[in-house]
Amino acid sequence: MARFSAANEQLARSIVSRYPLPKSATIPLCHLAQEQDGHLTDDAMGHIAELVGCTAAEVLGTASFYEMFKRHETGTYCVNVCTNISCLLLGGEELLEHAEQKLGVRPGGTTADGMFTLEDVECIAACTEAPALQVNYRYFHQITTDEFDQLVDDLRAGKLADEIPPHGTLGKVRQEIPADKVANITPPEQQTEPVWIARHRLAAEAAAPAEGGES
Amino acid sequence: MPEGAATPELARVTSRWAVDGSHTIDGYRSSGSYAGYESIKAALDMTPDQVSGLVKDATVLGRGGAGFPAGVKWGFCPPGVWPRYLVVNGDESEPGTYKDRILMERDPHQLIEGCLIAAYAIGVAQVFLYVRGEMAHAQERIAAALNEAYAAGLVGKNILGTDFSVDIVLHWGAGAYIVGEETALIESLEGNRGMPRLKPPFFPAAKGLYMAPTIVNNVETLANLPWLVAHGVDEYRSVGTEASPGTRLIALSGHVNTPGVFEVPQGTTTFRELFESEQYGGGIRDGHHLKMFIPGGASAPWFFPEQVDLPLEGRVIGGEGSMLGSGAIVVMDETTDAVKACLRVVRFFARESCGKCAPCREGTTWEEKILQRILDGHGRPSDLDLLLDVADNISPGPYPTAAHPDAGLEAVPFPPRQTTICPLGPSSVAPITSAIRRFRPEFEAKITKRDSIPVSAAPAAPAPTPTAQGHH
Ligand SMILES: Cc1cc2nc3c(=O)[nH]c(=O)nc-3n(C[C@H](O)[C@H](O)[C@H](O)COP(=O)(O)O)c2cc1C
Ligand code: SF4
Ligand code: FES
Repeated sequence: MARFSAANEQLARSIVSRYPLPKSATIPLCHLAQEQDGHLTDDAMGHIAELVGCTAAEVLGTASFYEMFKRHETGTYCVNVCTNISCLLLGGEELLEHAEQKLGVRPGGTTADGMFTLEDVECIAACTEAPALQVNYRYFHQITTDEFDQLVDDLRAGKLADEIPPHGTLGKVRQEIPADKVANITPPEQQTEPVWIARHRLAAEAAAPAEGGES
Repeated sequence: MPEGAATPELARVTSRWAVDGSHTIDGYRSSGSYAGYESIKAALDMTPDQVSGLVKDATVLGRGGAGFPAGVKWGFCPPGVWPRYLVVNGDESEPGTYKDRILMERDPHQLIEGCLIAAYAIGVAQVFLYVRGEMAHAQERIAAALNEAYAAGLVGKNILGTDFSVDIVLHWGAGAYIVGEETALIESLEGNRGMPRLKPPFFPAAKGLYMAPTIVNNVETLANLPWLVAHGVDEYRSVGTEASPGTRLIALSGHVNTPGVFEVPQGTTTFRELFESEQYGGGIRDGHHLKMFIPGGASAPWFFPEQVDLPLEGRVIGGEGSMLGSGAIVVMDETTDAVKACLRVVRFFARESCGKCAPCREGTTWEEKILQRILDGHGRPSDLDLLLDVADNISPGPYPTAAHPDAGLEAVPFPPRQTTICPLGPSSVAPITSAIRRFRPEFEAKITKRDSIPVSAAPAAPAPTPTAQGHH
């Protein structure tokens, strides 16, 4: 555990190859590590540093800026209640208070059984559907306190396991670029004028002799 | 619940929202207000300059916040400097804003085709589609759509059998509002902390990703391009105004009967129409009336009932001292506590400050603390001036303080001035000046309420001991 498994290392290398410079893959690889382990471990950050060509400290420096990267174990389900302005107007704070009572933890806390981590979050782009929340970054719109209780009970009973993967997994579909379809991914200094641009430029130059040439 | 465009004629980027399966390549090709992936074919028959010309002539305004014309921005790339990159800003996190996520979830191919058209015109080597980290479903939809498009030969090497080749890579963030700012987005894409760069010199079109020319455009801006290519400039300009043609998406949230995301003509639709029409908001929440509204996302100064007849026209709104920003309108009725609403928006900026510049990092924190103590009943009579003084350090005034008691609506500068690297810090000032200017008595009532907090007849304060005082 902690360093990438062989399969994930292979996946990580294919992600790195999609960027002109490897360091750009840092955030996607941190997500991959979190998907593997549920949170971001020191060993994983060391492995990521090797793969993107920087130090483990630099990976930590980047990762620690972003809220989604958890340095410690979290619950299987991360419940994020929005209390920003549109949700505040329609009961977001009351929903958060209810969630605190139902789960018995304050925002930032994890239930004793390790099932839930509760968070008080900023706008999640569901403002017309207030009050809104996410469970492992999956949306639940216009949630009443009764619906919240039902949701928690369903999650506890494993009823939503198919729809909501455990914390760390984001998209269940990955982008795949077949090797023979890749257009042209090289470091920036190896890039030149794109061929279609050159073609049109040359055609335009041939049609109209260079400016100033006739004067 | 109403949603999208009020009439089919107005449905440009929303034309597939109600269509089942519109997120698949077949769905995209067979539904909507233009035929999917036909626009890129048409664009490939034009020269790149002609395609850029189309976008310029139509005046496609940026939908990410600043409203800058996309065609003009593309022209800022220094000639003959390669490579050029296109970065799609799908970081949508401005409080109140909800449109890019729906565009990505329900019509991902529309966005991909928009990227192709832009990449062809600009001469882009590689496109990065930066999606907000918290949007798992949007990431899934875009990943699946890209996989389909690569397999169909619509993205990647030799697109549609031509010499046009471009890769589109899905990238996603990890939770930080500031990464929506374009230079911070680029830093994040380089694998760093998402902290903005100073402009100048780091205007992305000149020095962006890996210091190469980079165009950053919003999701909605690019989603307009396939429709534009299919229908042409005249039809694009047939709704809206001279300066703001076309439609735009508005997220109408808060205290209206039917909140929703609507595609409306720019420039001509008024706030009143949005709030009251049955096709849109359906009126202020029953039995209540309007107290104030935010016309363009949390960063925008607030508007009040006397401004509801203004049209959604960037220049008009700018002249009135606010902005349309990211198309986020938040409606608040008379039950709303102005101090609490102000605190909630300011707290957002305090939490999301990247910490790179002191006036923003320290200032937003102080603003939050002062507002919190006022709300909690521990405010001091000097707190309003103190708040405005802190604001003045982030975004120089004049503000309506005791020193400038007559400074009114006109005096507060707009667009805000800034002592900071990016506009986030100054944005925190907007709710404060808006709320204090209009609702000063509400703040004062909370501050004087302090007197009503029961103070027990405490024993006389003990004389301070010498050691407790000692700064030797
Ligand atoms: C603090 C801050 C946050 C921003 N967040 C976003 C965002 O989430 N999405 C977006 O498209 N633009 C955002 N912007 C605007 C971008 O910097 C940039 O202007 C925009 O993406 C350009 O695209 P457009 O010209 O197509 O509108 C933000 C700007 C600032 C200052
Ligand atoms: S204004 Fe705030 S968010 Fe912007 S660069 Fe400065 S500290 Fe960072
Ligand atoms: S304010 Fe809650 S989702 Fe936007």
